[in-house]
Amino acid sequence: MTTTVPTRPDTLPEQSSRRRPVVPGRVLPVVSTFVLFVLLFGVGSVRYEGFTSGQVFANLFIDNAFLIVLAVGMTFVILTGGIDLSVGAVVALSTMVAAATLRAGLPAPVVILLVLAVGTGLGVVMGLVIHHFELQPFIVTLAGMFLARGLCFVIGVESISIKDPFFRALATGTIDLPGGVTITWSVVIALVIVAVAAWVLHRTRFGRTIYAIGGSESSATLMGLPVARVKVMAYAISGLCASIAGLLFSVYMLSGYGLHAVGMELDAIASVVIGGTLLSGGVGYVLGSLLGVLVLGVIQTLISFQGTLSSWWTKIAIGTLLLLFIVMQRLFTRRNA
Amino acid sequence: MTDTSSTTVAPAGRPGVSGDPVVAMQAITMEFPGVRALEDVDFRLFPGEVHALMGENGAGKSTLIKVLTGVYTATAGTTELRGERIAFSGPAEAQASGVSTVYQEVNLCPNLSVAENILLGREPRRLGSIDMGATRSRAAELLRRMGLDIDPGSILAEHPIAIQQLVAIARAVAVDAQVLILDEPTSSLDQDEVAELFRIMRHLRDEGVAILFVSHFLEQVYEIADRMTVLRNGRLVGEHLTRDLTRLQLVSAMIGRELGVLEEVERLAADAADAAEVTGGGDRAPLLEATGLGRRGSIAPFDLRIAAGEVVGLAGLLGSGRTELARLLFGADRADSGEVRVDGRVVSLRTPRSAIASGIAFCSEDRKGEGILADLSIRDNLVLAMQAARGWARPIPRRTKDELVEKWMTALDIRPKNPDALVGKLSGGNQQKVLLARWLVTRPRLLILDEPTRGIDIGAKAQIQKLVAELAAEGMAVVYISAELEEVARLAHRVVVLKDRAKVAELDGSASVDEIMALIATADGDVRTEQVAS
Repeated sequence: MTTTVPTRPDTLPEQSSRRRPVVPGRVLPVVSTFVLFVLLFGVGSVRYEGFTSGQVFANLFIDNAFLIVLAVGMTFVILTGGIDLSVGAVVALSTMVAAATLRAGLPAPVVILLVLAVGTGLGVVMGLVIHHFELQPFIVTLAGMFLARGLCFVIGVESISIKDPFFRALATGTIDLPGGVTITWSVVIALVIVAVAAWVLHRTRFGRTIYAIGGSESSATLMGLPVARVKVMAYAISGLCASIAGLLFSVYMLSGYGLHAVGMELDAIASVVIGGTLLSGGVGYVLGSLLGVLVLGVIQTLISFQGTLSSWWTKIAIGTLLLLFIVMQRLFTRRNA
Repeated sequence: MTDTSSTTVAPAGRPGVSGDPVVAMQAITMEFPGVRALEDVDFRLFPGEVHALMGENGAGKSTLIKVLTGVYTATAGTTELRGERIAFSGPAEAQASGVSTVYQEVNLCPNLSVAENILLGREPRRLGSIDMGATRSRAAELLRRMGLDIDPGSILAEHPIAIQQLVAIARAVAVDAQVLILDEPTSSLDQDEVAELFRIMRHLRDEGVAILFVSHFLEQVYEIADRMTVLRNGRLVGEHLTRDLTRLQLVSAMIGRELGVLEEVERLAADAADAAEVTGGGDRAPLLEATGLGRRGSIAPFDLRIAAGEVVGLAGLLGSGRTELARLLFGADRADSGEVRVDGRVVSLRTPRSAIASGIAFCSEDRKGEGILADLSIRDNLVLAMQAARGWARPIPRRTKDELVEKWMTALDIRPKNPDALVGKLSGGNQQKVLLARWLVTRPRLLILDEPTRGIDIGAKAQIQKLVAELAAEGMAVVYISAELEEVARLAHRVVVLKDRAKVAELDGSASVDEIMALIATADGDVRTEQVAS
């Protein structure tokens, strides 16, 4: 029995000589989100008169400043491989605390510090519980969500309007940009936060540790990185961002209400995922999350320009996109595996 | 690249290491509730030596390493580093003091760049910002020093495991480690990669780094180690110069009993092979016959015949397609060409379920991931496959279950002999036996064993090989995959040689390790495919 088995020529790729492609694979999702955004904006420009204006573009930021901030915090958590479901409720709680304490006569700076402390504190507690009891972030932050939402109604069941001059000034104050475009201070705050977050994630050891934990938590531990501290900090940052978003939202609505921002945590998660961050952690960019929010915003704008469609179509569009992006990510990671 | 075959003798004088030890552990005792893992163990490590820590599983090697790196705090005894008493709080502190560990599994972050993986946590900074340029050039310099030609900016996951392992070592020496602990770094590397690793180890040793090396591969230990410390059952057996200790002496020191078992394996295997030849293993109607079976990107189409009572060994380097071939036979991956006949009838092996129905069983090389259920008891793990074969509607009576479990635990010498013990708590060798027993209770006709002896101690290795020989003698067909060519050559009636994801040759049972090795090293599908009919 003599069998001659054909062998393929030796085609083992030379490891060292492999060059990286022009667009590195991991930036691809962000690039595709950007392309998607440009496409959607282009569709609007072609179909609707007055869509192609600087102000329409600026309004995307004005109307979604709080969501941008929320998505930034969410990016930190998702990069570690976790999730934070509490942020929407923390936004509501922040508006409620702000409105109630302002009504009670506390000065605006004190109110702001108090709100930030409440949000960050809640984040720290959830982070500690998640890390030290090795619990699922999903469940712990779900508990945090119920807690925060419930606390809103302990403070008051009615909507409380905000009459504080500082908050009102922030709400009405605008900054004129060249070309007759105006933006609000909220936009400036949100963009500064995006810039700071990008710097922290890419240029500090803390930021790189966030990525390392998302890549492999046990490896990060064995590499001697401060995993516990960084993980808790990620939830603290998410809490801080949620309370900042809450302040921006109270400026936007000029009221505090327990039913504000219902489901907003899901918008934030959707933005982060559409922005190309892997839910399993370790891969993603804050800039992607910003683009994700803008995509959501432009869909909303398109539907309002269309005029006859119900705003619920936004949800349907987001749902479809989300599914599309997750499938795309799966194909992408499978190819790389 | 260094050639593995030209075993370099440690430079004269080196083993006689002069000066003071960099690590001196004295009278270390480590107790866990109910177990004394280490008892009165002394250990010394000198600068500029490769020191092998030898012992069976459960001998206390890992415990000793963990005491040294501060994962555990010793119950009694002292540890000195460069003459100072120390007790690290954990790996991070040990690392900061120049004691770095590289583990069997690559503990790096696949999503980050090579440079970041090397320097994570100690990147050069400028004004509070990580200096990416400096990080990259420092990593590049380190890689160059180790003679590794890889792009520090590339993502770690793009590289094969072997390169990742070397990057882990680069990380370990990046801190100017004086003590480098390598815990089974070679278990997933092929020969060239091991040679590369050894080249780097020698390089570091010559720079004065003290290397503590743990490996189950005796040949590797003899090639690289200058000295060795042997542990058995948590006690120190002795510290020797490698050149003063023969392999036989080492093995008997490690297992502490005569080498009867290994000899018996040799004899049984030889007997079984003879028996098979008498009955004419190759001429008999094959139990399983695969023709043109293949899967794109996995393994090139191949032919394979296995008769009852025959052990077919699969030899080849890591990644040569050994596991891929096995997975096709078991239906774990779907073939996209060819057909399989069992007893002459064409069967469709599209899922493991259909393969099991045809009497095929498969023990995965990934014991933890695809084999045992760590959180279930030995009993539950044992009856799992049988229960699956019976269907969920027909539970196995408790008595039958107990009898079966009792029978197989005795037959395979599974320890502890407590059916309620959780499998996750057993040693690697015993986990492997549980896995084997799980399939054996279903009385398979063809048993596929993928690396059944990897990472387990010599005693268990011998027992498993003996069992394979016995099973074959009783008429079971076995496909035996192992990276250790000696095992394949010893057990198999026929050896299928694989290279670069294709079958390149088939040898009969008399093939020696050298022959197989020569084929693996040179078979290019041309002149060297001269075959020996079985």
